[in-house]
Amino acid sequence: MKAACWTSVAPARSPGCNEAARMIRIDCPWCGPRDEIEFTYRGDATVRRPDADASAEALHDYVYARKNPRGWHKEWWHHVHGCRQYLQVVRHTLTHEVRSVARATDTLDLPVG
Amino acid sequence: MSQKFRTRSGGHIDRSRTLQFRFDGRAYQGYPGDTLASALLANGVRLFGRSFKLHRPRGVFAAGAEEPNALAELRRGARREPNTRMTMIELYNGLEAASQNRFPSLRFDVMAAAGLVAPVLSAGFYYKTFMWPAAFWEKFYEPWIRRAAGLGRASGLADPDSYEAMHAHCDVLVVGSGAAGLAAARVAGAAGARVILCEQDFLPGGGLLAERPHEQWREQTLAALSAMPEVTLLSRTTVFGYYDCNVLGAVQRVADHVPEPPPYTPRQRAWTIRARSVVLATGAHERFIAFPDNDRPGVMLTGAAQTYATRFGTRAGRRALLFANNDAAYDGLFSLQDAEMEIAGVVDARPDSAGAAAARARGITVWIGASVIGTAGRQSLHGVRIRQHGGDETRISADLLCVSGGINPAVHLASQSGTPLVWDDRLASFVPGVPVQTQHSAGAAAGVTGIAAAAADGARAGAAAAANAGFVADAAIDLPCGDAPDPTVLPVWEVKAHGKAFVDIQDDVTTADIRLAYREGYRHIEHAKRYTTHTMGTEQGKTGGLIGAAVLAEARGARVQDVGLPTFRPFVMPVTWGAIVGARVGEHYAPVRLTPLHDWHARHGATFMEAGAWLRPSFYRVTGDADDWASVLREARAVRRAVGICDVSTLGKIDVQGSDAATFLDRIYANTLSSLPVGRARYGLMLREDGIAFDDGTVSRLGSDHFFVTTTTANADPVMAHLEFHLQTCWPELDVQLATVTDTFAAMSVAGPRARDTLVQVLRGLDLANHAFPFMAVGDAELAGFPVRVFRISFSGELAYEIATPWGCGLAVWQAIMQAGAAFGIEPYGVEALGLLRIEKGHVAGAELNGQTTAADLGLGRMLKPRGDFIGRALAGRPGLVDPGRPRLVGVMPTDRSNPLRAGAHLVEAGSSTSLGWISSVTRSVELERWIGLALLRGEGRIGTRLQAKFPLTGEKAEVAVVSPHFVDPENARVRA
Repeated sequence: MKAACWTSVAPARSPGCNEAARMIRIDCPWCGPRDEIEFTYRGDATVRRPDADASAEALHDYVYARKNPRGWHKEWWHHVHGCRQYLQVVRHTLTHEVRSVARATDTLDLPVG
Repeated sequence: MSQKFRTRSGGHIDRSRTLQFRFDGRAYQGYPGDTLASALLANGVRLFGRSFKLHRPRGVFAAGAEEPNALAELRRGARREPNTRMTMIELYNGLEAASQNRFPSLRFDVMAAAGLVAPVLSAGFYYKTFMWPAAFWEKFYEPWIRRAAGLGRASGLADPDSYEAMHAHCDVLVVGSGAAGLAAARVAGAAGARVILCEQDFLPGGGLLAERPHEQWREQTLAALSAMPEVTLLSRTTVFGYYDCNVLGAVQRVADHVPEPPPYTPRQRAWTIRARSVVLATGAHERFIAFPDNDRPGVMLTGAAQTYATRFGTRAGRRALLFANNDAAYDGLFSLQDAEMEIAGVVDARPDSAGAAAARARGITVWIGASVIGTAGRQSLHGVRIRQHGGDETRISADLLCVSGGINPAVHLASQSGTPLVWDDRLASFVPGVPVQTQHSAGAAAGVTGIAAAAADGARAGAAAAANAGFVADAAIDLPCGDAPDPTVLPVWEVKAHGKAFVDIQDDVTTADIRLAYREGYRHIEHAKRYTTHTMGTEQGKTGGLIGAAVLAEARGARVQDVGLPTFRPFVMPVTWGAIVGARVGEHYAPVRLTPLHDWHARHGATFMEAGAWLRPSFYRVTGDADDWASVLREARAVRRAVGICDVSTLGKIDVQGSDAATFLDRIYANTLSSLPVGRARYGLMLREDGIAFDDGTVSRLGSDHFFVTTTTANADPVMAHLEFHLQTCWPELDVQLATVTDTFAAMSVAGPRARDTLVQVLRGLDLANHAFPFMAVGDAELAGFPVRVFRISFSGELAYEIATPWGCGLAVWQAIMQAGAAFGIEPYGVEALGLLRIEKGHVAGAELNGQTTAADLGLGRMLKPRGDFIGRALAGRPGLVDPGRPRLVGVMPTDRSNPLRAGAHLVEAGSSTSLGWISSVTRSVELERWIGLALLRGEGRIGTRLQAKFPLTGEKAEVAVVSPHFVDPENARVRA
């Protein structure tokens, strides 16, 4: 019998970045305009981690409750193959248009409409 | 038979040289400049293939990429490529091709009998006909359908050729090199813009190639473009996709026109082009009209017949009849007359027109208000039945029936880019609306027809595109002039008469199929498409898509423009997998990371396994090892009894510095780290925010504001991203710096009762005595002259030291330790022995840290700090996660010590089939000399009981004893020795 039962410590290798995968471009405030393949999508940037003494309910909403808008959305994108910074990206969920990109600590409002 | 259908002169072919080629084994001749289709037509070949479902005989129908019928298997052996369009295959000397979907031969096809059972093969037949009995599906129906309905055969062999990827940026990308594209490229180029002009044909010019009067302008413009250093013309390059942010994909057929690619040349090259502005000058596809037997060889699009006559000097028949609903088609017929073909006349669905008058002036008979109601001939056309105005039916002798139902602007790329399509009444077709990306459609692609008008429109678009990129186009360029016929059509989609009228010739979809889909409830165009397979072939409905929509519209009582077309998606044209995959095949599929000791491992018999992107030694095979297990057990015994060394360079390593580093780590880890003294390490467990265990490792404090953190191999990247996310977005006020140092340091674990004895021989500057350097101590030293950092930590449960050293020193340090340990029988051990040892100790790894387990499930519940915030704190306390009935980590052993265990087996009470949990990891213990395992088991107080381990997939069943997961040294005395 082959000794292979406990070796699933790591997921299978994922394919290398695919030159044929083409999508949006993000104007990183640190690096300049870059292709989406340099980034990892992290999720909703409109929710913020509650304070240290917050209740489980508040944490529950932070982790699970999402608006899933059709239209403008503020998202975290991680520039993993660049400056390693998390960026706030305002993207249209229908058209993929990227309206604005900001640093993590910047104030960034969603466009109206 | 030697090219007897050639015209006397003219065309973009080189009649001074002859090319030899074979089709279905038979030898033919053609000229440079021919396509396979034009050369076969010139040789009098009319039958090109059999249809997809009904095996009806088919001829060539178009002259370009929209060809539905003339598909061939090109080349032989491993280079055989199925479903290539003969109208796109550039002829070369020695070309070999074969027709598809016929058995045993193209002329005599037994499957054509399917035509007799055609009623069975109606729309949705896959869903309806073959439902019963179920067992018949695999044995009979599926093989039969696969044989009967299908396209070409893949070679089944590895592709011997290479493909490559190319990235390019430009100011203006022009797609298509017809009149509009050439003018756009010239204007933008003259303005100084960097221009890429893509043309899928091997000869640039598009529709100009069939227009002799404009040849001089074409040549002048191409010469001007080639003189511009910032203009790149890519011929044989199909732009197949238009993505967000003006990113377009294209494939260049670099070496498809030669028997095999020259050395160091890829067969194809996939381009990713990022353009400031795009001009889509993709032209238009002529559409046909649905009438009975409109698929017979000899029925052809009018523009195609014109192209064969003028560009290729090939007559597609002897005697041509035109069936049209627009004036523009007459020009095509006139070019056939000019090519000395006999003209049978014109069947025009409209009342009288300028075209009809012009035809009569040329001595051509015109039946106005008439339509074609059928065709005659078996494997090629010899007669056409028409219904005249008033209803009389007549038969006309012809072997070429040119059809023109108007044009469909090639809006595919515009539509993919998000541009809405708007209806054009004049053309009875969709044209691009207002673009949403920086893009301009020009020429026929925008519904602007005629060479002069298209060129002027292209010049306008080129100037606008250059302006988008910041260039001013103020230089005047020459443009062609001349009148063009009126493209207005009378929307005639279908002639209703007895017989099969095809709306999708490639997929054998008829008007009756569309109506059936409607009656059965598939009334949306997207549903009707999928039910009937309309527009689902390689041709993607370029010539007939709108006709099917019109038939559906009539059934619904709606307008065609309201029914619309199915969504256009990439790829516009079929693209071979090779071009998409590029170089990422075999070992280049994904990047591989190697430790600095990799070559040493390979030289010493290592079998490697993948761990994320890393290759790690699984075990080392040495002479005398009977099998894999023998190697693993030998290595593990060396660690338990003497000393072993393991390459752990792949563990994730993160350097954490800053005045708030301790605060930060307290918030990241579930246990407290701020209390860790300098020079000490501590086991650390981090949770996800939802309270589930995420990763574990060690945290060492190197200074008051300097920590060194390790992660599991698999989670090195996710943990780093997790740290960065929280530092940058939740607590940006903390003074903390993070750096990945995974491949800054090589690391190796020296483990076993003789580990200290081994290291003292080569280590300088650090007292390894137990009191001076106790368990969990950290210190810097020198080993064989190289700087090292020593961590007294243990995964195996033995006395162990982890040695980290700069990556480049890894091999020398490893070899020095091997030499020092030789006297004690040191053995290198791989990941399998490492796993064996940790299971004996009850340490959790990936099979237990599986994204579903809490700290308490793993027996680590007491690590969670009672006070202070940390990631996962609040949600780890949810009732479902603290339920005492959750599966907990236990150990299992077969009660019959000769029995093996299997990971994945379920634990059940004897006689029950209710799973109480599962075995997550198993191994053969060297300490206990029997199989042992770790399991996640529901219910408290089960240790000491007996359960059944069942593996239903193989029917295995064995009794196991539930025990503590700490099989070896539960007091953890050895690590402190």
